[in-house]
Amino acid sequence: MSVATQKKSTAPTSTGAGMRFVGGVSNYIDERTSISGAVKFLGRKIFPDHWSFMLGEIALYSFIVILLSGTFLTFFYDPSMVEVHYDGSYVPLKGIHMSAAYSSTLNLTFDIRGGLLMRQVHHWAALLFVAAIGLHMLRVFFTGAFRKPREINWVIGFVLFILAMAEGFTGYSLPDDLLSGNGLRIIDGMIKAMPGIGTWISYLLFGGEFPGNDVIPRLYVLHIMLLPALVIALIAIHMVLLIINKHTQFAGPGRTNDNVVGSPILPVFAAKAGGFFFLVFGIIMLIASLFTINPIWNYGPYDPSPVSAGTQPDWYIGFADGMLRLMPSGWEFVVDGYTWSLNLLVPIVVLMLFIVIVMVYPFIEAWVTGDKREHHIAERPRNQPTRTAIGAAGVTFYAVLWAGAASDLIATHFRTTIEGVILTLQILLIVAPVAAFWMAKKIALALQRKDRELVLHGYESSRIVRLPGGEYREIHTPLDEFEQWKLVSFDEYAPAQLRPNARGKITIGARMRSSVSRFYFEDRIAPVVTKELESQKH
Amino acid sequence: MSRTVNRKGRRHPLSSLVLILVGLFVSGGAYAAVTGTASAADAPVSASQIEDGKKLFASNCASCHGLSAQGSAAGPSLIGAGALSVEFQVGSGRMPMSGSGPQAEKKPVQFTQPEIDAMAAWVASLAPGPAVPEASSLAGGDPSNGAELFRVNCAMCHNVAGAGGALTEGKWAPSLRNIDPVHVYAAMVTGPQNMPVFSDMNITPAEKNDIIAYLKFLDENPSVGGMDLGALGPVSEGLFVWIFALGGLVAITIWLSAKSN
Repeated sequence: MSVATQKKSTAPTSTGAGMRFVGGVSNYIDERTSISGAVKFLGRKIFPDHWSFMLGEIALYSFIVILLSGTFLTFFYDPSMVEVHYDGSYVPLKGIHMSAAYSSTLNLTFDIRGGLLMRQVHHWAALLFVAAIGLHMLRVFFTGAFRKPREINWVIGFVLFILAMAEGFTGYSLPDDLLSGNGLRIIDGMIKAMPGIGTWISYLLFGGEFPGNDVIPRLYVLHIMLLPALVIALIAIHMVLLIINKHTQFAGPGRTNDNVVGSPILPVFAAKAGGFFFLVFGIIMLIASLFTINPIWNYGPYDPSPVSAGTQPDWYIGFADGMLRLMPSGWEFVVDGYTWSLNLLVPIVVLMLFIVIVMVYPFIEAWVTGDKREHHIAERPRNQPTRTAIGAAGVTFYAVLWAGAASDLIATHFRTTIEGVILTLQILLIVAPVAAFWMAKKIALALQRKDRELVLHGYESSRIVRLPGGEYREIHTPLDEFEQWKLVSFDEYAPAQLRPNARGKITIGARMRSSVSRFYFEDRIAPVVTKELESQKH
Repeated sequence: MSRTVNRKGRRHPLSSLVLILVGLFVSGGAYAAVTGTASAADAPVSASQIEDGKKLFASNCASCHGLSAQGSAAGPSLIGAGALSVEFQVGSGRMPMSGSGPQAEKKPVQFTQPEIDAMAAWVASLAPGPAVPEASSLAGGDPSNGAELFRVNCAMCHNVAGAGGALTEGKWAPSLRNIDPVHVYAAMVTGPQNMPVFSDMNITPAEKNDIIAYLKFLDENPSVGGMDLGALGPVSEGLFVWIFALGGLVAITIWLSAKSN
């Protein structure tokens, strides 16, 4: 008996004191926090596997990199507009008057060990953060992953996108160099263009006439306190909703609307995600160590008089800059001494409208389809031709605006006139989204038709046989059931019928909905039904 | 009326004209002395060099600029353009022009330095104009002041890092990387193509040296942050992050979620 006990106690020791220590610590923590319930719940959460489901992760991990590198930067950055003489090691700025903000950023760059690397890590990670959010949103949009019950999470994600842009813009302004000052000046111009309240708001924001002495400290507080707090809080809600709603998955064998097929968080998904975090971190470090970003030492201190050629905002504000550049000149009029600057007001209104439509799109589509069911199966873009076409039109609109921000570089690099580039983009801004809509819809429908053909007749096998009667025929190999499942399981929507309501009236709302619904679902390819499949089996 | 005529009669009727002439000579002479554009000052110019230059000009330039550099519908008059203009336009490979367009393109230099000097000497012999400075006189500027002047005067067309930029109607401000200091100086003094003239009243010779020193600093000191992606600013950074950073990471996501064989 005693021997057996001895054996029992020595056996775990031989597997390692480490395990015993981990076990002890977990027990200690669990007895005091009852955390094992949460770990068990979360650890068993299943995440489906698809590369496009990892785009949001890229955003999340680059945000962590931003937090870490940004904290380092705050140790040395001085958010003050007090005028100083630069006396650091960068020769072409020695003795120049500048703000303490710019001077401390230069010192951070040239005289603090690792400072330049951290600045570049922070800035590259920021660009990547917004880009990853953008791509993640496109994935969610084109697969219909914003449908019930995820509409609210779409809106939260969208607000995160806007906050990320705000974080980016405030950060871009902090070094107080020439480029960032020019960016602020454009924002100041847009604010001042607002009728009636513009000048008041501008004076409030800048603490007097632009640029004043207050704006940098104010932007700093927004950049390192309010905005990050909001971003973190919203990311937390985004994640909680993701867990509550479960992740969407693509249709496949065994994957239904009521289950999730994939790997559990513990251990597989957590290990993968942890590894992926280090890959994202590694890529950012690699790029930051090899490629210059925002060389503020070239730009010099901010001075309202010079504007450099090739002055652009960071890419995520580019669409707004492009809209300004694409406005025809001279769109303004004077009423009673007040200038109404339409060439600033029209862009503000158009961009706001664009942004709001993106935000409320899930609700618009829900209204059109009248679909109140929950959807956990991600759709293939081709199976919703109209939504895909709307998305393509939106992406094209954005892309033309984006190109507008680079109009001068397009002109110099392609040896053409800047006026020609602007005119072309002005025309494209109106024509290209329509063309993209039409083409995307045709392509989606054609792909659906191809899928239908495949399901009904199988692949062409390149084997041609001669029948006894002399007829030649190519043998078609039928799809296996797994393939077939992917191609046939999708929802079909039909235009909503225009019916009178309970009072026997046809409301204007119903009429509108019916016509929008017709616009959405008039052209459609019906999914293959069992009957058709069976009739094919001869 | 008659009294005023009488009073005027004390002076010679041409005295005011003489005064104006004297004034013009004094101010013009002083201007010439201050700006120091006397062409013969720097390099000794021989008659044979001028003769060579005339021949070279007649065979290579006269079809547009005219046999005596008087200009034509195809090209401007070069009388008074000075040796420095010739040095800039021919020495940088812009002249002879490869074709008419919004702006003369840079191409490989078509002449040897003695040939360029000869044409410069001939053009300078037609009328006084800006002379070619000694290369040694263009050294020793203050890059810090030069950078400040560059941002205020040059960056709006040439970009803060001298990367160049777009102008209207297909014209452009060229990149200023690795340009001969004499040509930088010449561009400021003569205002070639679409560039304005920055006279010595506007930017003094010492300040021009400062600007040259700044451009030299940029040439000799590559970006401390690593490869500079053309020094084009946020556009190239944005393209880079989408294509290489996000593109690379998407490739990694595909790798990570690939089924093992």
